[in-house]
Amino acid sequence: MTHVIEAESLTKSFGATRALADVSIAAERGQVLALLGPNGAGKTTVVRILSTLLRPDSGRASICGYDVLTQAVQVRQLIALTGQYASVDEELTGTENLLMIGRLLGLSRAEARGRGREMLARFDLSDAAGRAVKTYSGGMRRRLDLAASLLGDPEVLFLDEPTTGLDPRARIDVWGTVKDIVAGGATVLLTTQYLDEADELADQVAVVDHGRVVASGTPAELKTQIGGQSLVVRAADRAMTARVALAVREITGSAPDVRDDTGLVTAPASDPAMLAAVVRRLDDESIAAAELGLRLPSLDEVFLTLTGHAAQDEGDEQTGRAA
Amino acid sequence: MTTQLTDHTTSVPVTSNQPAGPGPSGRTLRSRIGAAETLRQSLTVAWRNVMQIRHTPEKLLDVILMPAVFLVLFLYVFGGAVAGSTQAYLEVLLPGLVAMMAMFATMSLGTSLCDDIRKGVFDRFRSLPIARSAPLIGSVLGDTVRFCALMAVLTGFGCALGFRFHAAPLDILAAYGLAYLFYLGVCWISVLIGLSVSSPETVQGVSFIWTMPLTFGSSVLLASAATMPGWLQAWARVNPVTDLADSVRGLMLGGPVGLHPLYTLAWTAGIVIVAFPLAMRMYARRV
Repeated sequence: MTHVIEAESLTKSFGATRALADVSIAAERGQVLALLGPNGAGKTTVVRILSTLLRPDSGRASICGYDVLTQAVQVRQLIALTGQYASVDEELTGTENLLMIGRLLGLSRAEARGRGREMLARFDLSDAAGRAVKTYSGGMRRRLDLAASLLGDPEVLFLDEPTTGLDPRARIDVWGTVKDIVAGGATVLLTTQYLDEADELADQVAVVDHGRVVASGTPAELKTQIGGQSLVVRAADRAMTARVALAVREITGSAPDVRDDTGLVTAPASDPAMLAAVVRRLDDESIAAAELGLRLPSLDEVFLTLTGHAAQDEGDEQTGRAA
Repeated sequence: MTTQLTDHTTSVPVTSNQPAGPGPSGRTLRSRIGAAETLRQSLTVAWRNVMQIRHTPEKLLDVILMPAVFLVLFLYVFGGAVAGSTQAYLEVLLPGLVAMMAMFATMSLGTSLCDDIRKGVFDRFRSLPIARSAPLIGSVLGDTVRFCALMAVLTGFGCALGFRFHAAPLDILAAYGLAYLFYLGVCWISVLIGLSVSSPETVQGVSFIWTMPLTFGSSVLLASAATMPGWLQAWARVNPVTDLADSVRGLMLGGPVGLHPLYTLAWTAGIVIVAFPLAMRMYARRV
């Protein structure tokens, strides 16, 4: 069984700028694969190659076994793309946008109308259906973009930074939609610079940096890959923080990180039994804990460990567009 | 390894064992898109342009004002000097303006195309299972609305000022038809510029530079090139806009047209044969 999404040793340069040095990724049917990385890491370039918009300099890629270079016509019948920039027509209404996509996909006028109405209702856009898209909010635009992408029932959906620029509520909405789409059997390739987004949605994460996949695995694997768990304690009474820190220090044998603003005490825990020891110690000293537990490192910490730098901007991802 | 840019290359052997035929989930996948479908898809894209104009009628403001302003200005500035009277000059000028407007009407296409590409609308088109050429052909056909508005205003306003046709209705129709065909051809040059320049403002500047010498260095404003210096006469003689203007003038006024309509058609075909494949190439590479 071939993978639904498969890319092997992709490279791509734009003039002197090397966008992709060597990228290989694969996703199985029904999975969400997240490409995680800062701006300019090459995520968009990968998506543009896989969605037949851009040719790689070398390497090969296929969707459901169809080569994106030589069988682009077939590939386009299987995929849908929602880009970083909402690719809907601002001057048309929501209804007209979906009617156009439906007609382009070969539906009859009546079918396209019906399907469009269905999608608008599903994405909570029925009330705005007759309004020009330029009057829509960012979240509504993104939802219409997703509706347009899902109109043709794609096998594989590419979401290029689907929540960039959205407010937190709209972000949660998009996450819900992505989960629905996957529940419907589609395979999703998602790019994101948000670590919590990859954590929330992805089955597999490929961490991309400077045009290379620097690590890949499930979110949990990535977290364990860079090391042990942390012991986290926060006293209910802020005045007790110093005593908590002392207890944690004695039990874990290393100096804990103490946050003055929150009173959170964190230290590496090599042995899960340390948690029980802390519980007993706090009990003995009659200190009430507001927060107490072991946790895996956050993807932020993962990123820092893997790449040696924090996951922040490194210039513009415009390189993916300026061919 | 370098890869080619056209769609149907047979480079890169694929290890996949699925050629055409049934795809995943029992889908039947097509391996090519036929001509009838290409036309239908192009018309859908053209429909989009028409809807845009319906929502924002101001988009037609330039093509409504331009012919009226040009007609009045040229008529009253040059009329007396060139032809003795404005009435006599109107007969020369109006058919000439049909040709001039057919040129100018193509300019906005490149600008709007460039804008569409920047906004990402064409990314969507390019990832859909439609013919590569459909979005471009559709954009050209969609601009027909602008051409029609322009010709309607020009003709209506000209008649109000006293222009009279001296030909059979079929000849008059042929005059506009010829102008339309030429316009469609020249549109592909505008498309080419829209695809090769990165900002809509630059598109406008570049368009002016090549349309001006072609438009004014022709028989558009003067039926006879006799008073021009030799080099300009030579330029006006080989200029396709002269062929169009002379054809339209002859067809509208019942005069001789000679081989001008044939030359116009030949030029149109030549422009399309060169510009269309170039535009498709740029399109595959750009975006």
